[in-house]
Amino acid sequence: MANVLHIVVCAGIVPDPLQTLEPVTGPNGPGLKNEMVLPAVLDPWAASSLYEAAQLAAKNPGSKLWLVSLGPKAKLQQVMMTVAQKVAFELVPIDGPIGGFPDAHATAAALAESIAALPGLERAKLLLFGGWESATRGAGVTLQLVGERLGITDQFQGVDQITLSDDGSFEVLERVEGGKHQVSVCAGTPAVLGWATGNLAEPRNNPQIGMSNMRTIMPALAKARAAKLDANGLSYVSVSLPKQQRETRVVKDLTPDEIAAELVEWIGAE
Amino acid sequence: MSTSAIVEEQAQPLIERQSMEVDIACAGFGPAMGGFLTTLAHAWNENPADPAFESKAAPGMPLQVLCYERADEISAGVSGVVTRGQAIRSSFPALNLAEIPMAAEVKSERVMYLLDPVGASRRSLFLRVADAALRLVGSMVGLKDHAFTLPWTPAFLNKHSGLVLSIGQFNQWVGSQLMATGLVQIWPGSPVAGPLLSGSKVDGVRLADQGVEKYGAPTDGFMAGMDVRAQLTVVGDGPVGAVGQALDEKLGLPEGHAHREWALGMKFVIELPEGTTLEPGTVWHSFGYPEPEIFGFLYVHPERLVSVGIFVPSWLHDPSRTAYRYLQHYIQHPALWKVLKDGTLRSWGAKSLEESGRHGEPYLCGDGFARIGEGSGSTNMLTGSGVDEAWATGTQLGEAVIELLRAGKPFTQENLNESYEKRRRASWVQQGAREAEDARNGFQDGLVKGMIGMALAGLTKGKLSLNAKIPAAHKQIRPFAAQPVEGLKLKNAAALAVADGRPLHDALLTARGWPEIPCDGRLLVSQQDALLIGGKVQAMPGFADHVTFRNVGLCIGCEEKTCIAMCSGQAITLGEDGAPAFEREKCVHCGACLWNCGQSPDGERSNIEFRAGAGGLHSAEN
Repeated sequence: MANVLHIVVCAGIVPDPLQTLEPVTGPNGPGLKNEMVLPAVLDPWAASSLYEAAQLAAKNPGSKLWLVSLGPKAKLQQVMMTVAQKVAFELVPIDGPIGGFPDAHATAAALAESIAALPGLERAKLLLFGGWESATRGAGVTLQLVGERLGITDQFQGVDQITLSDDGSFEVLERVEGGKHQVSVCAGTPAVLGWATGNLAEPRNNPQIGMSNMRTIMPALAKARAAKLDANGLSYVSVSLPKQQRETRVVKDLTPDEIAAELVEWIGAE
Repeated sequence: MSTSAIVEEQAQPLIERQSMEVDIACAGFGPAMGGFLTTLAHAWNENPADPAFESKAAPGMPLQVLCYERADEISAGVSGVVTRGQAIRSSFPALNLAEIPMAAEVKSERVMYLLDPVGASRRSLFLRVADAALRLVGSMVGLKDHAFTLPWTPAFLNKHSGLVLSIGQFNQWVGSQLMATGLVQIWPGSPVAGPLLSGSKVDGVRLADQGVEKYGAPTDGFMAGMDVRAQLTVVGDGPVGAVGQALDEKLGLPEGHAHREWALGMKFVIELPEGTTLEPGTVWHSFGYPEPEIFGFLYVHPERLVSVGIFVPSWLHDPSRTAYRYLQHYIQHPALWKVLKDGTLRSWGAKSLEESGRHGEPYLCGDGFARIGEGSGSTNMLTGSGVDEAWATGTQLGEAVIELLRAGKPFTQENLNESYEKRRRASWVQQGAREAEDARNGFQDGLVKGMIGMALAGLTKGKLSLNAKIPAAHKQIRPFAAQPVEGLKLKNAAALAVADGRPLHDALLTARGWPEIPCDGRLLVSQQDALLIGGKVQAMPGFADHVTFRNVGLCIGCEEKTCIAMCSGQAITLGEDGAPAFEREKCVHCGACLWNCGQSPDGERSNIEFRAGAGGLHSAEN
């Protein structure tokens, strides 16, 4: 028997990981240079959760799927032109600042407020999805805070799989050390699931899904609620990017084993 | 499957293919499509109740206008441009450049003749003598940093009070405006495989299949490309677009027309050092270096960003054309290096330019379709301007479509000729194209003759020009065998370097005397590094190769393999069987391989087929 689920995916937007990122400090605190100019994508971990959510909703007829996203309206629109072709959802845009530096508590408050106000959402059927990490900061706390604000105590992080039973309970696989999964069984919704990568490939672009989504996305963007996020006394001592080093060399006639050995030696020397 | 196979509707009867009805289907999103859709959207916004805008495909709804773009982002256009911008400003009378990142008004322009400070350039004897004379009187004529600045900018080149733009940012801005109107949907990451043809009538477009392997066979997650049926198909997919190519193949070109002159534009976006004296809106044009036939440019954007690049033309007869290495030498010319040397590479990109102008103009319209932009031959080869012309052709089609919608007339060839083509023929775009159509005559025989021809056409507004017979692009590549003994010695020297793992063209340039590039990891980086540091190239999985070789036997027997030398992303390399090997993950979709192939199976087309494909550059700064 299928379970009727109300799945809400929280997914921010982040600069396309291929871009050159450079931290800068502006009047409003730290940020990334030219961030509004850089192409953006849906946060990769959250995107995985969106694809998993869509599949779950499709397997459980009558279920609903919302995508709640906080970011500059213009940038959200750009990202939706790609995301909307992937899976069917209803967008709940929140017009807010770009970047991963706003206070997680303030971000969570804005998200929770919007989720609580969703027309037709039944808390008893709620699965709150998102990424367990973020390409913007990696603190990985926003989703938990949203769950707490909504009073949801069953929370799972690093999720790779969810399997629903007919009685409404579900089994969750969470990543733990050593490449293994911790298996938990939850009595039922509501619950928070912070996804790792899941098991699904990125769906193909489907023009019909895109057209169908866009009928609701553009009106939703037009009336997106603006959220001003308080700093709550948060300040950053310093901001830096992970150290990157590129050494490119064209080699011929090396076996894969030799290349692997050289890589191991290089990594060991770092 | 070739694009033309879509003509045969029943070619793959076993594939279940979705179909969708819309009113207007558009292939490609660039300046021309921006102009078309903006014109349409502005008219609809003025009166959304206008019955002309009621959809026939979805009665009760507004016109269903869908645009499909190959690139993963509509901001992934590749071109830093300077344009007079008259058509763009006409569409946006209250244009505020502050809303468009990297946009600036042109403040100053100069044209420079660059001498060769290295001594490796392929200069004719005449040019060498002229250079020596210039150096002799250098101090008297203001020669500085091996560059001679012309005392004035010829009127036909002048872009004063025009716009310096990043096409990526401009496209993004236009796209956002359009999507916000609600009339238009623009879908990136959706390559159009080709037109749906019934005889010579276009019934819409077919999107590319997804979930296929390298050669197009279905695999896991196969999703057949959807058929999007439309009353009007607007073709704006550029000079190497799949729809335009398929139409050319099906309908042929008007008498005497051919796509024979090309250039590859390749550029860097560089962040200038703090304290730079270059003001936003500064525009430099150059010629003479790194090879006499290679033109160059430098455009300054706000925020200390600069676009600097070169155009490598098809009439550069050398088969070891290699734009990336030439670009690295170009930016190190003393006249440019003095402002660039402490800069940082932010992005990089490349694009083929159809340089045939009006000589490459296809049939502009037919039953159910109209062509706009560069692929419709709108680029003005005299003024070196294409963006504004492309935009203008889009607005002309937009006005024509509105006229036909209001008159309740179908999109037949006759009606489109009367509305769109007539507008275009009466416009400044057509006048400019006529003046420019023979302006490039002479360059086939070298820089000096080319400049004379260009000046002649420019100063007489096209009334006078040189005669020229332009060979097919593949015949413009001089075979190695025709080179003198000296060239063969160089080739032998280069062969030693190739044995050490370097590309032949790179080794040839070194053997010819070009200095090695002193890579610094910041501004001067290897081409492979540029793919990631500056170019940000990637391709979504699940699409077939979009570059294929028609007759591999011809490739194996081809000694020059210029496709490898000119591949902007080093996506074409020499395979183990002696045939070129293609890696779509590294392709930036510049289309250079299409016209840098020295072989032809039929005397006109090259041996390389360039189809619809996803992926490419992920840089919005281009």
